[in-house]
Amino acid sequence: MLQRLPAAALSKAGAFSASRAVSPRVIRLSSARFASSSAASANVLQSLVYSRATLVSATLLATGSIAWYTHLYGTLPFIGEVHASSPAEVGLHPAAYPWSHKGWLDSYDHASIRRGYLVYKEVCAACHSLDRIAWRNLVGVSHTADEVKVLAEEVEYTDGPNDEGEMFQRPGKLSDYLPRPYANDEAARASNQGSLPPDLSLIVKARHGGADYLFSLLTGYVDPPAGVEIREGMNYNPYFPGGAIAMPRLLFDGVVEYDDGTPATTSQMAKDVSTFLSWAAEPEHDERKKIGIKAVILFSTLTALSLYVKRFKWSVIKNRKIVYNPPVDKTH
Amino acid sequence: MALSTAFYNTFFKRNSVYVTSIFAGAFAFGIGFDVAVSNVWDNWNRGKQWKDIRHKYQEADSE
Repeated sequence: MLQRLPAAALSKAGAFSASRAVSPRVIRLSSARFASSSAASANVLQSLVYSRATLVSATLLATGSIAWYTHLYGTLPFIGEVHASSPAEVGLHPAAYPWSHKGWLDSYDHASIRRGYLVYKEVCAACHSLDRIAWRNLVGVSHTADEVKVLAEEVEYTDGPNDEGEMFQRPGKLSDYLPRPYANDEAARASNQGSLPPDLSLIVKARHGGADYLFSLLTGYVDPPAGVEIREGMNYNPYFPGGAIAMPRLLFDGVVEYDDGTPATTSQMAKDVSTFLSWAAEPEHDERKKIGIKAVILFSTLTALSLYVKRFKWSVIKNRKIVYNPPVDKTH
Repeated sequence: MALSTAFYNTFFKRNSVYVTSIFAGAFAFGIGFDVAVSNVWDNWNRGKQWKDIRHKYQEADSE
């Protein structure tokens, strides 16, 4: 019966048996026992089958393949699951796109930001506000100061009160924030069948997937699959959680005309406006990465330096040899 | 030996010179490091930054 047990059990049994001295090398003891009781070839096979290495590797193989399966398919094998919803209902995960500002050393593509502003102004700004961006923020990023002044002056702002205590209209200045399409959220809802177009200032930070999600959403409008019912006034987009989005597809080839001659295809406009909104969410991005490079270089140098100094200072202590000279007994 | 003696006499002998050279060195290193990193950054991101495309939109200006 003992022979049918795995090596670990055998070794425990060996350790308990009274006839043998308790030894840390129990495996050797148990194999020595087999050597005395079995033929040589059977012994090799047996020790292979019962060896601890076989046990460990079989366990690792089983655990590993289950872990791999679980990682690959998201569920444990042979265990059924029932979901009330399909994964598509929480929105498809966007692909990871190679943004021009993706790498550790990459700045924004400012020509793309400039084109993206145009797309925002011509298309998105009809419904979406961009509250946290002022006209002055565009200066030196995508437009010259004179260009932005002209853009700002096209918009009327309410200012005041004046000497008579009345509010008055004046053309925009660099210090003004970008105009809102609706006076307030309620007006926005009332004009959009109850749906509130979100403010786009921080939308890249506020959505899972960031710019990848925006790009996928803007280019991802398709017909609803069979069985999916979309209410009147809603549109189907697999990247939007729930699938039904109030915003219709708005980017079609040639909707805007770029001043640098770039062909205004749907994907080009989606990429540019996503880059622009990435900038709007993280205007400090370029400077942050530049400071990051400096910090990494300086701090890694200082770390290496301090490690060297530590080793240098400790070398005396670590190489010290303490020799014990026993006292010589002089009485004998 | 002569070099190290000269080095010692130049920088370490007088505390005033020592401290001044540290401050001046830090200042010079700060500027040099900034310039070096900026050059690498501009080289890496050539054509993408605003200063690379500014000339396209500023030609009409008198600035």
